Amino acid sequence: MSLDRREFLKSSAAVAAASAVGISVPEEAKAKAFHVETDWRWDKAACRFCGTGCGIMLATKGGRIVAVKGDPAAPVNRGLNCIKGYFNAKIMYGADRLKTPLLRMNDKGEFDKKGKFKPVSWKRAFDEMEKHIRKALKESGPEGVAVFASGQYTVMEGYAAQKMMKAGFRSNAIDPNARHCMASAVVGFYQTFGIDEPSGCYDDIELTDTVVSWGSNMAEMHPILWSRVTDRKLSNPDRVKVVNITTYRTRSSDLADMEIIFSPNTDLAIWNYIAREIVYRDKKGGGKEDIIDWDFVNQHTVFATGPANIGYGMRRKGEASLVPELPDGSAGKYSALEMETIKKEMSKTISAKEGPALGPYGYVEGDIMKHTPGTLKHWEISFEDYKKSLAPYTLDYVAKIAKGDPNEDIEVFKKKLQTLANLYIEKGRKVVSFWTMGMNQHTRGTWVNTLSYNVHFMLNKQARPGSGAFSLTGQPSACGTAREVGTFCHRLPADLMVKNPKHRKKAETAWHIPEGTLNPVGNQHIMKIHRDIEDGVVKFAWVNVCNAYQDSASASHWIKAAREMDNFIVTSDGYPGISAKVSDLVLPSAMIYEKWGAYGNAERRTQHWRQQVLPVGDAMSDTWQWVELSKRFTVKDLWGEYTLRNGKKLPNVIKDAKKMGYSEDTTMYEILYANERAKKYKIDLNKFPQKGFDNSECIGDSRNVVGSDGKVFKGYGFMIHEYLFEEYASFGRGHGHDLAPFEVYHRVRGLKWPVVDGKETQWRFNVKYDPYAAKAAKKAGLKDFAFYGPLAKALPSGDLKGIKDKKKKPLPNKAKIFARPYMDPPEMPDNEYDTWLCTGRVLEHWHSGTMTMRVPELFRAVPEALCYMNPKDAKAKGFKRGDLIWVDSRRGKVKARVETRGRNRPPQGLVFVPWFDEKVFINKVCLDATCPMSKQTDYKKCAVKLYKV
Amino acid sequence: MADSDNRRKFMAQTVQSVGLAALGGLLWSGYADAVKASPLVLRPPGALEEESFLTACIKCGLCGEACRNRETNIDKETGLPRESTIKMAKGGDHRLIGTPYFIPRQIPCYMCEDIPCVPVCPSGALDMASLLNEQKELDINKASMGLAIVHKESCIAYWGIQCDACYRACPVMDEAITLEYQKNDRTGKHAYLLPVVHDKACTGCGMCEQACVTEKAAIFVLPNEVAKGKPGDHYVKGWDKEDQQRVKDAQGLETTTERSKLDSTEYLNAEVEY
Repeated sequence: MSLDRREFLKSSAAVAAASAVGISVPEEAKAKAFHVETDWRWDKAACRFCGTGCGIMLATKGGRIVAVKGDPAAPVNRGLNCIKGYFNAKIMYGADRLKTPLLRMNDKGEFDKKGKFKPVSWKRAFDEMEKHIRKALKESGPEGVAVFASGQYTVMEGYAAQKMMKAGFRSNAIDPNARHCMASAVVGFYQTFGIDEPSGCYDDIELTDTVVSWGSNMAEMHPILWSRVTDRKLSNPDRVKVVNITTYRTRSSDLADMEIIFSPNTDLAIWNYIAREIVYRDKKGGGKEDIIDWDFVNQHTVFATGPANIGYGMRRKGEASLVPELPDGSAGKYSALEMETIKKEMSKTISAKEGPALGPYGYVEGDIMKHTPGTLKHWEISFEDYKKSLAPYTLDYVAKIAKGDPNEDIEVFKKKLQTLANLYIEKGRKVVSFWTMGMNQHTRGTWVNTLSYNVHFMLNKQARPGSGAFSLTGQPSACGTAREVGTFCHRLPADLMVKNPKHRKKAETAWHIPEGTLNPVGNQHIMKIHRDIEDGVVKFAWVNVCNAYQDSASASHWIKAAREMDNFIVTSDGYPGISAKVSDLVLPSAMIYEKWGAYGNAERRTQHWRQQVLPVGDAMSDTWQWVELSKRFTVKDLWGEYTLRNGKKLPNVIKDAKKMGYSEDTTMYEILYANERAKKYKIDLNKFPQKGFDNSECIGDSRNVVGSDGKVFKGYGFMIHEYLFEEYASFGRGHGHDLAPFEVYHRVRGLKWPVVDGKETQWRFNVKYDPYAAKAAKKAGLKDFAFYGPLAKALPSGDLKGIKDKKKKPLPNKAKIFARPYMDPPEMPDNEYDTWLCTGRVLEHWHSGTMTMRVPELFRAVPEALCYMNPKDAKAKGFKRGDLIWVDSRRGKVKARVETRGRNRPPQGLVFVPWFDEKVFINKVCLDATCPMSKQTDYKKCAVKLYKV
Repeated sequence: MADSDNRRKFMAQTVQSVGLAALGGLLWSGYADAVKASPLVLRPPGALEEESFLTACIKCGLCGEACRNRETNIDKETGLPRESTIKMAKGGDHRLIGTPYFIPRQIPCYMCEDIPCVPVCPSGALDMASLLNEQKELDINKASMGLAIVHKESCIAYWGIQCDACYRACPVMDEAITLEYQKNDRTGKHAYLLPVVHDKACTGCGMCEQACVTEKAAIFVLPNEVAKGKPGDHYVKGWDKEDQQRVKDAQGLETTTERSKLDSTEYLNAEVEY
């Protein structure tokens, strides 16, 4: 309890006691007792944690946040919160907040990679960063400067970071932890709709008859949405059905009418089974029923497929760290054991399990499949070919490979699959399919995402109120920042792509930078950045609003590379975690309510808040850190010619820059941030929304922080948050991505984009609700839908085995139904590593626990990560509940305590270990295989052995 | 000291001072007596009913030692035993000195499968027989150290917050604590997920109390004698075949009330003006 609150209680108790016995209270004491409430300032904000996007109200007093409440006006949560949201007021006040920059130094005060962290000034911190960035640029070019970005960036931070990286350093090596979280959903959206993000919104919950959760433990990960699902179930218990499809029993099974425990990766087969039922029971598919809505399918979709031999996104032969290959099986920095799995990146033998599924694609069991690195390539096929691709997914085959609980009767399991298919198929039954990490963190994540839309499309149950396949996001601004701002290596704001020359030009124009400045090669996704550091290419890396060294699989490699190689790693954070620990420089960052910001949630809702309090110590926002860094680099420093690794040249654009009125010595600060456009956004402390609120970046603050130039920082003198937001918003306005003006967001509880004529959009692509769909449909003569997303909207054609006609046929306003087979993941349990490992979160903790492990109540509730396992497995291996065991993979091992009774109940053969606890550093054990198309890591499956410590 | 320990102490003291007020003083001697017979102390699994337990316990400390030295209590990093659940009361602990007890808000009972604290008890104060299941194996689910009570007004799940930390912490999840779903009429689209404790399955381990995220736990374990009511043994639930077992010792006892304290003749012969 804080002293303030104790004092408050004391004085109000005194008043109450005094009135009870009839003693007269001096007016002064009375005033003091009531004063406490009147000097609380309440203001709205968004919850810090997940992608649900709950609205909260924060009470500030004496420069500190003292209390929080759910915002009763927020449509998402109507005043409620989950257990983490309940503690928003406490997350910034851990005793070990970082308050000053810290640099590893030797006794002489020089930077020393083996030195201990010691406090330094902001000026010294930027001096070191500048020095090491110059060195990295010199040695590796733009590809040598990287950023581990975040789905927890505010919109403005993400935009500021992306601008300096892509326009300033001309490096596309900026990629968010959202890559680990949403990338498969994104590629699924791009491939299917040609534009990112869900068609539906949370109102689907209240309108649907069926909630099917695929690889998503909503009860723990999206609790407020789950309480809405629960309410929907209670409203009509007979009609509303809830199905939980998962590889182990979770709390989300509690409410479910049916729980389907499947074997890891076979969600691919289950979706195809449902599709097979739809197609083969339909009259046109040879059956007797009218199931497929052919009007919809013919008007709005085409069938498509792509290559199957795309690998697993692991390291490939010949990469610097895999050389030399030795006779013992090891290769470079990778042990022989690790190589057992990694070699499957080059080729694999088709297994008995996947053989039938790959038949239509021309493979049989025992074939060697040679992999070429993942490709987004796809082509149109006929309905007949699509039908052929579904032929193997009979009930018998799917039940045999997909049943995840060895102790479940196969007939019972079959019955469940049939029930599931029938729930989707039932005429008039609305269905929402929700998923999160189970389908995204998947070596075939893009495939399984696209498979979900197939089923909804064929039944005309997509983009309609109460029906649709709906990808939920994990992070608070995975949508709003990582995706919409485009802090991915391959993206620019509002669905623009770095490899598309027209898109680059658009960004160059908007940013007032010379044509040709932007780098067209965007392939340094988050795992590639780690690998490039290990390969010695990336020499400078900056961790922003994430914990890249705790959250990445095969973690030991990346930590070793950071600590032992010639590079410079910087971490900006509120608290010290593993990433800070392995860094060379640590920067103290302002946390969420210590800065102006905006987040975008999973239903496309953008929500803004104002700076509520001053940051602690000398902490400054990430936006400020980027802008200050930009002051250190000029046109001549960055815009000369570079040769990239692939031999492509980035042109010298200095001459063109001069034509635009810049000089060789113009700083990136002047070009990218403090330009004429920016300065039009005025400071006006007498006007809403600035009135009465701190603004550390724009006007400085009473702490008088000594800034990057060694002088007290007095502010930029213009409203940089509004500038960054408005410039970013200008990319999407008029392109299906419209955002409202900055000021409007400070008056409302968020709006779902596209916001057209002041109105938000509930269901995209649906003519009734989406003005862009209405416009496109009118133009094309369509009635109800228009899938107007512009990406990959012309395809060659062929069959399941390849392209037959290279001529690209345009597909305006059409979505795609993809043929995609079941395939095994690269690492599966065998005799030695006999158990599946799945990782994830628990409700009480957020991500790597840097915030929630510092809230005493949450720490006490769940102080350590446990290894959840089936009691029969525990017994067979001689473990008691509570025993310490090793969880050991080909990559590393951690100690964890056995839990056989807990919240997660795995079937025999699988264990679950959450990743929030740095003392149970499970990512040392996990495999860094990714979906080769989305580059998203599969944290949900690898093989481990378990034994007693 | 943990909050609910404070609570128990506070309750003991309150009961105490009410009694003392009635007697008009003698504060300190009364306090000491109350501590000896404190009804608010939680004992290890298998403990006899408090009065018998106090007679049987020889204060040898073996249960505490077994709890501390059990294999499942090894610290991950140091490899050494952590602080144990079971403590032996010292002077100032407000419990009978030398007897074993635990404070769930600090360290709950983890419900070890092999219950190491019980077989070592030389006196039978911790009664192994009470922890045997039908197969005559030690079964910690049979333990009844106390009963968890939810204080609804301070439980944030009853406010509509999606908490349920106690439910997820419960080792007998879905039996000892279940979630009851109720519509939240205020918001119109959310549901309450309310933790409800079930006496039959709750072992009193206190994992829920430890996990509770309110400043002072809104779910807390009280000893059975304190926490539980007792319906009369003159009535059997007509809908529950097993309920007769509960009243198996029922006897037709004579009843007396203020109204019936005179015998019938006395009553009839008493002079009364109507």
